[in-house]
Amino acid sequence: MEAVATKQNSGDTASIVTTTGLMQYLTFSLGQEDYGVDILRVQEIRGWHQVTRVPNAPAHMLGVLNLRGTIVPIIDMRMRFHLEKVEYNPVTVIIVLSIQTPKGTRVFGIVVDSVSDVLDVTSKDIKATPDFGTTVNTDFISGLATVSERMVMLLDIDKLLSADELAQVNAAAAA
Amino acid sequence: MEQFHQTFFEESFEGLDAMESNLLELQSGNSDPEVINTIFRAAHSIKGGSATFGFNEVAKFTHVLETLLNEMREGQRAATPQAVNLLLESVDVLREMLTAVRGKQPIDTAQANATQQQLEILLDSAAAPVTSSSTLKASTSAAGWQIRFRPKPHLFMSGNDPLRILRELGQLGEMHIDVDYSALPGFNNFDTETSYLGWLLLLTTPRSKEEITEVFAWVEEDADLTIEPLAAQPLETVARQGGDRRVSDERRAAGVESTSIRVDISKVDMLINMVGELVINQNILQQIGEHFETNKLDLLQRALGDLARNTRELQESVMRIRMLPINVAFNRFPRLVHDVSQKLSKKIELKMSGEGTELDKTVLEKIVDPLVHLVRNSMDHGIETPEIRRTLGKPETGTLLLSACHKGGNIVIEISDDGAGLNKAKIVKKAVERGLIKATDHLSDDQIHELIFLPGFSTVEQVSDLSGRGVGMDVVRKNISSLGGSVEIRSESGKGSRFTIRLPLTLAIVDGQSAAVGNEFYIVPLVSIIVSTQVKSGQVSLVAGRGEVFHFRDEYLPVLRLHELFGAKPRDRDIHAGLLVIVEGDGKRAGLFVDELLGQQQVVIKSLETNYKRVEGVSGATILGDGAVALILDIPGLIRIAHQRQVA
Repeated sequence: MEAVATKQNSGDTASIVTTTGLMQYLTFSLGQEDYGVDILRVQEIRGWHQVTRVPNAPAHMLGVLNLRGTIVPIIDMRMRFHLEKVEYNPVTVIIVLSIQTPKGTRVFGIVVDSVSDVLDVTSKDIKATPDFGTTVNTDFISGLATVSERMVMLLDIDKLLSADELAQVNAAAAA
Repeated sequence: MEQFHQTFFEESFEGLDAMESNLLELQSGNSDPEVINTIFRAAHSIKGGSATFGFNEVAKFTHVLETLLNEMREGQRAATPQAVNLLLESVDVLREMLTAVRGKQPIDTAQANATQQQLEILLDSAAAPVTSSSTLKASTSAAGWQIRFRPKPHLFMSGNDPLRILRELGQLGEMHIDVDYSALPGFNNFDTETSYLGWLLLLTTPRSKEEITEVFAWVEEDADLTIEPLAAQPLETVARQGGDRRVSDERRAAGVESTSIRVDISKVDMLINMVGELVINQNILQQIGEHFETNKLDLLQRALGDLARNTRELQESVMRIRMLPINVAFNRFPRLVHDVSQKLSKKIELKMSGEGTELDKTVLEKIVDPLVHLVRNSMDHGIETPEIRRTLGKPETGTLLLSACHKGGNIVIEISDDGAGLNKAKIVKKAVERGLIKATDHLSDDQIHELIFLPGFSTVEQVSDLSGRGVGMDVVRKNISSLGGSVEIRSESGKGSRFTIRLPLTLAIVDGQSAAVGNEFYIVPLVSIIVSTQVKSGQVSLVAGRGEVFHFRDEYLPVLRLHELFGAKPRDRDIHAGLLVIVEGDGKRAGLFVDELLGQQQVVIKSLETNYKRVEGVSGATILGDGAVALILDIPGLIRIAHQRQVA
């Protein structure tokens, strides 16, 4: 009985929290950089597993993986952001995300160096992304948040992956 | 209410199918009272349902239909061929109305009204229980008037009573009245001194227009009134319906792929049983696992064996839920043959066998169009007219045989006729004209028959009302091979032709052969493999210094190196080191170069597109026994790439 009560309680606080504009982000690291994704988009986190290569796909598209019967494409975030490549090791993880596209919900996996923690961010903590002009594409970064002296780039995962697809289509059209 | 719509539509469409097949029974002279009863019941449920759900147009239309059927049922009216044809037409109209309502589209009321009028005329005509010759004709020529009468709101102020007018009109002849109460306000706003109603009156009478107008003399200024002769309209609609039929046919053929499925309760029970067994199985395994000792290994193995068997059976049963009898596709053909043979003035008898053969719902829905095309072709080009048949010493009535059966993991559908067979000389001539072959080419009979499947073979000459509607045989073959099937022809001049369609039972599972390229594995669908061979020296030659061709049974096939195409690292680039798999898709062949072939297995097809996108040369993915993903090759796609390269 007590357990039920606490559960309800925490449920209540959760709803209050969301109304005050607090967002939770799962942070992960790529080399020296920290990134965050909206935790509601995260389906699961799993260890690195060998994928099946898909022919003639862009380099950062590593291949596909069987996720309990669903075929899920896996993307290497280091390659996507043009960072240097590293060997995959036991802490290398795949974050499985569900993204919204015009065609409906899709499931994608991203390979990152390691997963850190969950970050509580209120909307006033989020700073706008500085404009780098055309040198750096920051379209898919929804903002920057500072947490204990670390800067975390908050990713707009929908934009990131659909921009990805667009680039592929364009490349295909050009070829 | 919405939640019941789906069921209503399903039942109604089933009802319409039942009406159609029973009407055809009736047409062919079956006078069993149960036949007409079945038709009546179907119409009655559609009426009831549509009224309940507020599809008033449908209800109104069905009401007229039902009245007519009721008279037939009670023996007050004979089921003349004309009447049955009209009823069949009404079924078409209803089907279109329901399709429109389901798609939340506006109903084509013009068509419905026209048919409804004809029904009404038939109803109004004196019921002739005796086997009369032409009730319909007699009634269409009977003069009558269609009167639209809508009094203005202030009619009552002028002291007129529309009831009096209606009563007076009723004395002039037989009258059918439809009330238009769409202007009626809610009860709160109802004003008893305002006229809200309008009427559509169908009056069968020999009286002249002047006499009718006279009845309305007092109200002419206080009402909108149109009086039109009735007799002219039905004729017009008959003419138009001839043209419309095609549209409705196409619409029906295009038919929405339904998203729900009705499952036999026994299949569900079987599933529940199996899941029960699975649970028991799981319990056993759990018990073994809790206190495991090596002497229980035997027990464990047996339990695992049971588990494997149960899982396999469960999988089969789940697949079977998607299976429907091919009857669902076949049952439209009696009607089609009936209509078409009338139009062509040919005598054709349709025989069907194996209607209970089951196949996957998706396959079933996609096979309908090719089947319709083949059946139409047989009727149009195959079976001769009665006169010609008589001179040839054949029975006047041609036979069209539709059959289905299971063979191995496939379903085989055959369409055969005892008509003229394919005209080889004509086909060769046309193919030469089209530049598909050279006049000097020597082709075997089979090769000649194959020509009709080539794109661009279907010609304008062929186009008639029935076949050749821009859908050539190449499309038939393409549709069938997109389902992983094949189509073959056997034809003998003067004796008839037979089309054999082979289809996989289900789209969800495919028999595949795994092929290795470097350290990658791909699945080649077994249906597309002709043979695999080790290349001997001299069998592969270079064309123009780059394209490789393989000499295979009097043919030069383009060689497709899978590792090049897919950017993989092969074990050996030497063509003699690996295997060449001769594959066929869309009627074209190519040699696929792989490192080696591994085991054969059934694989469950998973979509790559759900989360990613289409990949050229790949039709899907599957999950192997070790949980890894393997890609399934799209053979027709690869062959297309190969041939494009060869040309380039």
